[in-house]
Amino acid sequence: MVNQNKKNIEQKLAFSILGLAMLLVIIPTVLIIGFIIYKGIGAISIEFITAMPRRGMTQGGIFPAIVGTLYLVSGTLAVALPLGIGSAIYLTEYAKKGKVLKIVRLAILNLAGVPSVVYGLFGLGLFVLFLQFGQSIIAGALTLACLILPVIITASEEALKSVPQSYREASLALGATKWQTVRSVVLPHAMPGILTGAILGIGRAAGETAPILLTVVAFFLPRLPKSVLDQVMALPYHLYIISTQIPNMPEEIKYGTALVLLGIVSIFFIIATVIRIKFKISKKA
Amino acid sequence: MKEAVGKVERVEHSKNIKKGIKNRVGEFLIENLIFVLGITSVLIIALIFMFLLRTGLRVFLDVSPKEFFLGKYWFPVSKNPQYGILPIVAGSLMVTLGAILISVPIGVGSAIFISEVAPPKTKTALKVIIEFLSAIPSVVLGFLGIVVLSNWVRISFSLTSGFTVLTGSILVSLMAMPTIISISDDAIRSLPEEYKEASLALGATKWETIRYVLIPAASSGIIAAVMLGIGRAIGETMTVMMVTGNAAQIPNSFLVSGRTMTATIAAEMGDTVRGGTHYHALFAVGIVLLSMTTVINLIADFVLSRAKREAR
Repeated sequence: MVNQNKKNIEQKLAFSILGLAMLLVIIPTVLIIGFIIYKGIGAISIEFITAMPRRGMTQGGIFPAIVGTLYLVSGTLAVALPLGIGSAIYLTEYAKKGKVLKIVRLAILNLAGVPSVVYGLFGLGLFVLFLQFGQSIIAGALTLACLILPVIITASEEALKSVPQSYREASLALGATKWQTVRSVVLPHAMPGILTGAILGIGRAAGETAPILLTVVAFFLPRLPKSVLDQVMALPYHLYIISTQIPNMPEEIKYGTALVLLGIVSIFFIIATVIRIKFKISKKA
Repeated sequence: MKEAVGKVERVEHSKNIKKGIKNRVGEFLIENLIFVLGITSVLIIALIFMFLLRTGLRVFLDVSPKEFFLGKYWFPVSKNPQYGILPIVAGSLMVTLGAILISVPIGVGSAIFISEVAPPKTKTALKVIIEFLSAIPSVVLGFLGIVVLSNWVRISFSLTSGFTVLTGSILVSLMAMPTIISISDDAIRSLPEEYKEASLALGATKWETIRYVLIPAASSGIIAAVMLGIGRAIGETMTVMMVTGNAAQIPNSFLVSGRTMTATIAAEMGDTVRGGTHYHALFAVGIVLLSMTTVINLIADFVLSRAKREAR
């Protein structure tokens, strides 16, 4: 009995320590978000979101940075989505199992672990200099697309694999061709999972700084881009610049920019989470 | 009448053949298109390696490998430029070491809490919060590091500057945490239910079961989680560039400033002459960085796939 008591106390102690560890993760996260909202909300106004920056960015709004980020994100999406989903379909539905498939999988896995600044170097070397796009929206979007490709492929593969094999068999037995089966049976069932992965990927692209630093962004550009070969401002880089390079930057502009950036990323995150909860997709990535 | 039926049948038949051919051509096109998409990702990785190697290896035309790998001074823009990468490799390793010392105990503890202790509803909420942590852009964390954390570090340790390796480590640990937690949690949850049942049936308490059965059984998954966390920490760029003080010196403690490989690339690339020695040296740093993360990822993958086989 005494022994049992001792064990119970030990268990309570252990669980409290584990709970404490959990709090050490949760509290900073909540504090970070709360702090940014609390400090940044005062800066948010129609003008802040829709006006050009003035006086060396110490006044006015951040409109070109918001637009630049949205351009980059849509460009990234246009490239990475078809490529990523196509790759995933090939890998799960068509590829023959064997050594080659193993190597491809390993390559994708590795691609997911490549530091973002290395993607920046790659984009600089290939798109900016070798293909002579210069520092431009297209170079930046292509670089970001390479960066989120593994995220989209992995998520889409998981989603495709979770479609029961019997669905495919039933469709093929009815005389449908393989592509008809994939298009009208497998893909619709896998769509929520694919979407979740894609949206999370885009959210990530919207917040990345290092790759666009080397391939697209301009320090200060108080006008909107005219073509895909133009430079743009972007929110993450803007936040970096105003918090490190410009002296006497008003606090509220910095917090306001951080809040807008966090807001855009959160929107993607929330949409993905809602889809996941609605379709009860398990998260594995 | 009979003839008409026959005619209809013939027409139907040739329609079917046409449809069949169309389908087959379509299938062929689609299959090849998808194949091309499939190998694109492999091509990208090959291209990344090629471009880094092609540009980075040129540094050895001007700097000897010995000087590059073992040189203690990184002064690329001084009159007498020196390209020794030891200080920035040391900076990266130091920030990573600090981040891992913080995030491994907390991360693994949280993973056990989530998978074994927390009630189901709390579990879901906790997981959403942790995922959101991984969605916070690193530049936002860096910004908070500048305005809040660096002051705290400066005052707590009575330093002259709060831009230290420690400041970087704390923030990077936050970024490594979601990786470590979610993969460890997966590893613990994918253990066969019988392990737990057998242990509990023998009269062990829940904690004894966790400590003597579940943790040892999930250890390879946990190790892989830590490896992937290390990979993330080494590759992190913006935050460390913003808060570690950026002095290219070999750090002798966590309370001095340091410069990482990633920050060196991001900070110096803008000011270099394209095609100059400095430019090539930065690409060479990229090669070193990529090699390190590749090795770490391969080890993690190896450990993980072994763990999966064991679980079966």
